This record gives sequence, C-alpha cells and structure tokens, in this order.
Amino acid sequence: MYVRASARAKTHYGPKPAHTFMTLTQNRITDLFSQKSERLLNVYFTAGFPALNDTVTILRGLQAAGVDLVEIGMPYSDPVADGETIQQSNGKALDNGMSLKTLFDQLEGCRQGQSRDPVTVPILLMGYINPVLQYGVEAFCKKCQEVGVDGVILPDLPLDLYLADYAPTFREYGILNVNLITPQTSENRIRLIDEESDGFIYMVSSASITGSTKGISDSMRGYFERIQAMNLRNPRLIGFGINNHDTFDTACEYANGAIVGSAFIRHLEEKGTSAESILEFVHTIRA
Amino acid sequence: MQTTLEPQTSFEVSDKGFYGHFGGAFIPEMLYPNVEELRQNYLNIINDPAFQAEFWQLLEDYVGRPTPLFLAKRLSEKVGATVYLKREDLCHTGAHKVNNTIGQILVAQRLGKKRIVAETGAGQHGVATATVCALMGLECIVYMGSIDMERQKPNVDRMRMLGATVVPATSGSQTLKDATNEAMRHWINNPVDTHYIIGSVVGPHPYPDMVARFQSVISEEVKKQLFAKTGRQNPDYVVACVGGGSNAAGAFFHYLNEPTVRLVAAEAAGQGVTSGHSAATTALGKPGVLHGSRTILMQTEDGQVIEPYSISAGLDYPGIGPLHAHLFDSGRGDFYAITDDEALQAGFQLSKLEGIIPALESAHALAALEKMNLQPDDVVVVCLSGRGDKDLSTYSKHL
Ligand SMILES: Cc1ncc(COP(=O)(O)O)c(C=O)c1O
Repeated sequence: MYVRASARAKTHYGPKPAHTFMTLTQNRITDLFSQKSERLLNVYFTAGFPALNDTVTILRGLQAAGVDLVEIGMPYSDPVADGETIQQSNGKALDNGMSLKTLFDQLEGCRQGQSRDPVTVPILLMGYINPVLQYGVEAFCKKCQEVGVDGVILPDLPLDLYLADYAPTFREYGILNVNLITPQTSENRIRLIDEESDGFIYMVSSASITGSTKGISDSMRGYFERIQAMNLRNPRLIGFGINNHDTFDTACEYANGAIVGSAFIRHLEEKGTSAESILEFVHTIRA
Repeated sequence: MQTTLEPQTSFEVSDKGFYGHFGGAFIPEMLYPNVEELRQNYLNIINDPAFQAEFWQLLEDYVGRPTPLFLAKRLSEKVGATVYLKREDLCHTGAHKVNNTIGQILVAQRLGKKRIVAETGAGQHGVATATVCALMGLECIVYMGSIDMERQKPNVDRMRMLGATVVPATSGSQTLKDATNEAMRHWINNPVDTHYIIGSVVGPHPYPDMVARFQSVISEEVKKQLFAKTGRQNPDYVVACVGGGSNAAGAFFHYLNEPTVRLVAAEAAGQGVTSGHSAATTALGKPGVLHGSRTILMQTEDGQVIEPYSISAGLDYPGIGPLHAHLFDSGRGDFYAITDDEALQAGFQLSKLEGIIPALESAHALAALEKMNLQPDDVVVVCLSGRGDKDLSTYSKHL
C-alpha cells in the first residue's frame, strides 16, 4: 500500500545525489554503427511470447539468422503506441507470467555463453515507462548493464523528462536511450533529439501505431528525404509498417536500415520459433 | 526525479505540468506535436474574451447554468448536518461532463480541428461529446469498452442518435481504461485534423488543468450561491466522487487554497477495498504513469495496470487525475472508499428523501456523508454530478 507523503515521517523525495557523468565508451550499438551503415536489420519480438521461455531461443535464432540488432519487448498491460498484433503478444506474454525480473533472469549469462555460443548481437529493450519505474530506474539500468542490454526504447518517456530525471543514471550504466521522431516532429525538435541521442534515431515511418500495413506512400518518401537531407549526426533506422522485403528495401534507400516488429510476431505465431523458421523470415525480409 | 521534486505548496499546475510530483506529459513522440500545440495555445484561447463570451453564453443558454444549489432538508436531518446539493444532474445531458465538452469543442474549433475523438465509460462523457459535436457540426468518434456498451446501452443509443460513431474497445478489460487507450491510438493515427476531448482531469498536461478550469464553474457558482443563501463565505466540507476526478476538481477548484474547507473525495471500493474487485485507487494504488501522467495508479508489483471494478461505470478507472494524487499525497484531501452496496443505499435514500435519483457515481459522494463524522453545525456541499436515469437497470436489480 502507498502511504501518502503527509502521513510519512519523512518524505523519500529528497534530491538525488549527483551522479558522476561518464562518457559512453564501449557499447555494442555504437560499435555496430561504426562498422556498418547500410541495410541494417533490427527485429522486434515480445519477451515471453509465444511461450514464457522462448525469449532466448528467439534471440539466438535471430543472431544465427544474421540480424544486426534485436529489440526485445517488455510486455505491458497498456501499450498505447502499439497496434493489435503487438498488443496481443504483450497480453499473451503477461498471461504466460512474463515480468521484467523474469526477463532479466532469462537474459542472465547469455553474453557469457555458458555451454553455448555467447550472444553478441546488440540488444535493446523496448517497452513502457511504468514497469521500469516500479522496478526502479537505477536498478533497471544496473541490471541492463549486468545482463548485457545495450539500449532501451521507452516511447512514453519523452525527451525532456528523460533529460531532466534519468539521463545521468542511464549514462552511468552505459545504457543508450533511443528516441523516436515522426513525420510531424518539427525540425527544431529533430535537431534537439539528434543532439541528445546516442546510438541511433528511430524514425517512425508514418503517423501511426505499430503494425500498419499501408505500405510506403509518396508522402512517406517525402518525409524520409527531408530527414535524409538534414544530415543528422546519428544513424537512422525506420520502423512501423516495415513488414516485407519491399518495404525493407525502400526504407534502406533512405536510412541506415529498418525495424520489423508486428510481421515477425505474426510469423512466430504461424511458423513457430525454430531456428529454421526464424532464418526463413529474415531471408524473406532481406532476400 | 528532479522535475517532479520541486517543492510545491500550491495546488495549481506548474509550468511543466506538475501538481507536486504528479502530472507531466508522458506521451510517445507521435502525440508530442498535438499535445504541445494544445499546451502552447490553451491558455491564450480560453482567456480570450471572445472565447469567454461564447463559453459562458453556451453554459447559460444550452447547458442551463447556473445549476441550483439545493438545501436538502430531509437528507440534512438524516445525516445531522446542513447539506446542500450542487445540481449538476440538471445540466443538459444529465451530468457535469458537458461543462468540459463545451469548453473543449470551442478550443478544437480555434485549433482548426475537423474531427473529435473521445473515450467514455458510463457513456456520459460520450453523450456530452456527441452533443457538442452535433451542435458544432463536427465529426465525432467515441471509443467505449464493449462491456460498458452493454451495461450503459441507453447512452450508446443516445450517442448514435446524436450522430456519433461508437467504436467498441475490445482490448484488455474492455472498460474505460481500454477505451482511453483506443482513443489515444486513434489520435496517434490521425494527428493533424483531430482533437481528443478527454473526459476527466487525466491525461498528459495540459489536459488535467484545462478540464479543471472548464469544470471550475461548479465551485464558482457554489461560492456565490452559498453566500447568497447563508451569508457564509465557505462551507466546512465539499464532497464529490472521483473517477478520474473532473466533477471533484470543479467542485474543489475555488476552495483549493481555503484551508478551512475540507475537500472530500469518494472513490469506488466496488465489492470492498480488499475484495479484489475494487476501484479505490488511493487505497490500493502506488505512484506510476498511466495515460500520459504520473499519478496514483492501481498496479501489480511489476507495474502492470490492474483492472478495476465498480458497479458504477464512471468510476471504474485504475487511476485518478494528478491533481487528486497531489491532494491525497499532501493530505489536503480526505479520501473515502465507498462500496457498491453503500452507494446503492445512498442512491435509494436520496430518491426517497428528496425526490432526486442520483447517478451511481454521485451516489458514492452521498454515501461518504455517513462516514465523515459530521457535527450539527457543519455545512456540507455535495456535488451531485449526474442524474440516475442511465443507471435504472442497475438500480432496479436491487429494488
Ligand atoms: C455522473 C458522473 N459522475 C462522475 C463521473 C466520474 O468522472 P469524474 O471523476 O471525472 O467526475 C462520471 C463519469 O462518467 C459521471 O457520469
């Protein structure tokens, strides 16, 4: 139960101790972009879906299939930026018993390899801020560092609140915070986001939630070109609505690569989580 | 958490949209341009004399304001204090919700928006939104949980009759929380020409402040009416139910900085606070982020939102507005958890004693009177947020 501040002996909302700022040194995401800048494929899947213990199997399957980055969804009860496919995978994962704690347990040791090859592919966690707040932001960052997570995408943590409250903690543990831009984001704000981002910028392809199947329109190309012409210092990956070879190819004309989510979730549902199934999916996207 | 740390004794929203350490705008980048457009413009728009004139004219001629402040004599005798009812149930459409939708539709017009999206629980906000859209000739889309569509059928029909498209929210618990998620998704998908009329003092800044300002007409009128009737500046208590908290915010607004006035919030305890079927947010919740603001929220240890339950669809929400989280946290407000049964009894009692059938939501506020340890010379104002017609099928099961 929450005891209101007025009923507590002493409030715990004291100022945070100042953090020592560390510049980011080694990070698998920044390393990746320094080595490769074209046709990068980032694949999203939801932790604990289709079955609770599929997380690392899928992660290894994606690595074996040669994807460049992996985005693991931290399931949430109210994913407002997501369409039906990812909503349902979130719901199923929660029903399966997935939680942040379980996810970290599953990822524990995967970088060391133990009896198997170590997982070397850069890992991002994608999800919503509330579960992270309940876990504790510092505990979360620390755990990310321990298990080898390189960055996070938290769509409902806007840049100003991130900078005001959390950036020092993320930096202390070497965790990149990836920011989104959309066709409606103003030029000034894109410049600000570029200034404050490390790793890459996540370009949302159109005004939409995830899982759109509208394809890539001329107005989207116009937006891609506009951003391309801005010469941002960060690399860019295009996501939302990238669901097959054609859309992947088009996205790669305008950015360093693309992110596929809902289409992969649907594939896992239909074709299963075997290495062959995952390889088949990655092949059809990259061809 | 530095932004949320600024020591704040005031109950007004800060520049960054916080009440104490609650509030803010935790929204995905897709919503940023819309919310920012609103944030930059809402005060200029609503302070503009032409806006004010139109707003007040509509409240008077269309909504039927001022609503009466009624001395409920027989109820007063029963509870042993002087009880006034602020008759928001007499507003056009039957609840306070229309005060906000009138304000927001005028804002939407001034922002050049062509289409309105809204969420609704009991259907009262949906009806109030469909009503002002009909009045102004704007397209209206209302998301409503499919379970709520069943239990508030008359309101679904009213919305349709008013020309709105009612879309069932089939995700999650299929109630107000999920309707809100769907409305936000709709707004993400239609960012340029659509305005989202949120129905309570929830959501990202500036919504809680904007909605509270529109609802503040309630306490503005109460102040004048109470003085005219009693010669008193202030009551001892103001009582209101809290779903998201818009009727309460409006009823409390002009008393926030009057420390002698106790602000009493009635939350829905459902089948009992510890029954596992409850919506008593401050009793069960912890700080967290929902629908764009940091507030108090019913959630699991892992930060997943818990499905609330209340007999009253309008109180069936796992959070409360950030202003109320701050009122609770700071001790400025007294929060009571009222069960379904207590609310039903209070609803039946008011009907028999005063000839007024209250909405089940409002009945929660009435039930709080029994728990407040009132003294004979206490003067209490209860916000009677809505009328009970929409709840007849529920009431009739318990007759
Ligand atoms: C009559 C009535 N009262 C109260 C509420 C709860 O909303 P709020 O807490 O925003 O006043 C509703 C919501 O539908 C309502 O219809």
